[in-house]
Amino acid sequence: MSPTSPRRAAVLGGNRIPFARQFGPYANASNQDMFTAALEGLVARYGLGGERLGEVVGGAVIKHSRDFNLTREAVLGSSLAPETTAYDVQQACGTGLENAILVSNKIKLGQIESGIAGGVDTASDAPIMVTEKLRRKLLRVNRAKSTAEMAKKLLAIRPTDLGIETPANTEPRTGLSMGEHMAITAKKWGITREAQDELAAASHQNLAAAYDRGFFDDLMTSYLGLAKDQNLRPDSSVEKLAKLKPVFGKGEGATMTAGNSTPLTDGASAVLLGSEEWAAEHNLPVQAWFVDGEVAAVDYVHGDEGLLMAPAYAVPRLLARQGLSLQDFDYYEIHEAFASTVLSTLKAWEDEDFCRDRLGLEKPLGSIDRSKLNVNGSSLAAGHPFAATGGRIVASLAKMLHEKGPGSRGLISICAAGGQGVVAILEGA
Amino acid sequence: MAFDYGQFVSSGIGKQLATTLGLPRPSRLRRHTLGGSLVPGEVLVAGHGDAPVAERVRHLLADAGVTVASQPSTSVAGVVLDLTAIETAADLETLRGVVGPALKVLAPTGRVIVIGRPPQTATSVAQAAARRAVEGIVRSVGKEMRGGGTANTVLVAEGADTGVDATIRFLLSGRSAYVSGQVFSVSAPVADVVAPADWDQPLAGKVAVVTGAARGIGAAIADTLARDGATVVAVDVPAAGGPLAEVANRVGGTALQLDVTAPDAGSRIVEHAQARHGGLDIVVHNAGITRDKLLANMDADRWGSVVDVNLMSILRMNEALIPAMNDGGHIVNVSSTSGVAGNRGQSNYAASKAGVIGMTAALAADKRVLDKGITVNAVAPGFIETEMTAKVPLATREVGRLMNSLSQGGQPVDVAETIGYFAWDANRAVTGNTVRVCGQMLLGA
Repeated sequence: MSPTSPRRAAVLGGNRIPFARQFGPYANASNQDMFTAALEGLVARYGLGGERLGEVVGGAVIKHSRDFNLTREAVLGSSLAPETTAYDVQQACGTGLENAILVSNKIKLGQIESGIAGGVDTASDAPIMVTEKLRRKLLRVNRAKSTAEMAKKLLAIRPTDLGIETPANTEPRTGLSMGEHMAITAKKWGITREAQDELAAASHQNLAAAYDRGFFDDLMTSYLGLAKDQNLRPDSSVEKLAKLKPVFGKGEGATMTAGNSTPLTDGASAVLLGSEEWAAEHNLPVQAWFVDGEVAAVDYVHGDEGLLMAPAYAVPRLLARQGLSLQDFDYYEIHEAFASTVLSTLKAWEDEDFCRDRLGLEKPLGSIDRSKLNVNGSSLAAGHPFAATGGRIVASLAKMLHEKGPGSRGLISICAAGGQGVVAILEGA
Repeated sequence: MAFDYGQFVSSGIGKQLATTLGLPRPSRLRRHTLGGSLVPGEVLVAGHGDAPVAERVRHLLADAGVTVASQPSTSVAGVVLDLTAIETAADLETLRGVVGPALKVLAPTGRVIVIGRPPQTATSVAQAAARRAVEGIVRSVGKEMRGGGTANTVLVAEGADTGVDATIRFLLSGRSAYVSGQVFSVSAPVADVVAPADWDQPLAGKVAVVTGAARGIGAAIADTLARDGATVVAVDVPAAGGPLAEVANRVGGTALQLDVTAPDAGSRIVEHAQARHGGLDIVVHNAGITRDKLLANMDADRWGSVVDVNLMSILRMNEALIPAMNDGGHIVNVSSTSGVAGNRGQSNYAASKAGVIGMTAALAADKRVLDKGITVNAVAPGFIETEMTAKVPLATREVGRLMNSLSQGGQPVDVAETIGYFAWDANRAVTGNTVRVCGQMLLGA
């Protein structure tokens, strides 16, 4: 490690395409198409045409095998200099934020001067796989040395081998869907239907208000005719949400509906980061500093922790490292995988037993001022194309902190499949 | 594919049919190319009396490497006639005597430029009549010309002869391909006239803002200003963000998404231009919308939105833009021939676009603008081939295309070239003008 303390990494701005519902306007757009579009909007906004950046880090949760070099291909299809390096990362819904941590770390260490962190996901243009039996038999056909052998191998395929599989939102080790996992956690923490619907309605109302005041004018670039997040319902209300039937959980206690869970969406986002010097050379005002990030994982398979509870562990570790309390923030961006995820996390931090037994803290982290939570809407309203969510949040929060002024602070928390959670702190510049 | 009259009459049976029936056959226009010559051939320069401007033009052409002829030879690419010294209508015989024979040897895409003085400052009634007559003759010549040629009048105020060069260059060049039958007024320069080091980069080092830049004419303006050396800030509404980004990246500029009708639109443009590009030299107010309806059926929303976007927003934005613009800058507004001639179903649009003409003239004479040496001009496009006009029904579209002296629609780049000319620092003696880019459309003045 260098003897001098690392320099700061700046968030200079971001761009995303509006998020579309599955099989909506982006039904025929590939991950590469969407991520290229997100990059092109960013390049245009910040005048990066022909520029060689330190690196572009992207990725997608659901990816075709042909897209092994997804991010590099997107860079080559963009207006950035082709000499810009790129690589893919996949950490489920934490991908985008993890990428921002990676790029900011390299900037802090002086390894690069600038970089783009982002992510993309399509729930529409999903890869299709054949059954495992058929796949093995087809590989054998492919290996055949003669036509006769090929025919023989082909004849080995039985009608029962036929079938296709698409990626499922299911945990491989438990066989439960993410919603089913969340339902268990929500029940454990006693999260009410009303509280969830309130959070969902607020998400829609906040996002709509943000659009109305032009908040997204320099955060978004229209794509394929879509100029706003398709999932947004500005007229959403607790009353309307209360009419929806539960979709996850069973019986009387079921509280999770399509309204207080994020829908499957398509979209892409990208965030521009750089050193202070690089920003000044390019006449780009610093919006926020990327202070620090932390990743945690929980044992949801054999242990009794909830699948999406890892951020509850990551945040206190990050706070301790930075010498901050949970209340030292102007904004909280807690990704709304489900309304109950946000509420369970907040409740855990308020819970004495959880904080003592699970986090090893003397006293609970405490409550947050709910008026500082997801003030411009979050995933329930905007949608959640898995790897694109981190970039959406980092760019929006950086802008909010810039408006708030130097020294303001924001906390990001994103839960991810596999029992992981990625969190970060930004400081206004 | 849509039927294209111009292509049809240029090929085989179409050509025969058009000749037999005496239908118009559009010629290929000469357009500006990087590194190309100013004008492809000799230019005949003549004048009446002591013809002070003619001498200037000869020098200008010599500098540009163009051969100057004093007598029509076998073929000339252009005619420049200096009538600034005429006293009475009898002196117009000079024009007949020079331009008449020259038209017979004028090459395709030829140029006729007649230089006069403004009738308003004539010293006698007879001189005023003669000066005004020039415009009528030149407009007629424009209608008589064939082969994609154009004819324009340049009125140079007394004592403003040194400012004429930019306009002569523009009119002889391919940049003025679709400009014909127009009157250009040259007055005392509002700031020092600065010729560019390279005439292929007349906007080098300048920062230009173009509103409505995502598509059509706006995108062509961004392309053209960037080609000529400017750094372009491409502005359009967030809903047009995708195509806007494409334009900004194509021209190596930046995209700024905003609605020009937002109260802070002007200050946001200033902030962006200053923070990111260190200042602002050129503003092109191109953003515009149409909401056509007969006046009898026009609702307040259609009326108000068109007037607000096309006219009021410019006035509002200028309040922030003008104080922030660099001295010696240029404002160019986009009007329309609908604002000159009116158009059925477009009373709202015509109101806004005619308003732009009035605003242009008044702002050019405004103290705040004069003190900073900023020029203010407008272009009024006629029928231009864009996605918008491609949607016009066939018959209406063909009439629009053909009802002009060049028998064809203009290209977006033609509008952009005239805007570029208004933005040259070499062109600080032309202000308050509205020039139509319409191929001398038959409707209107």
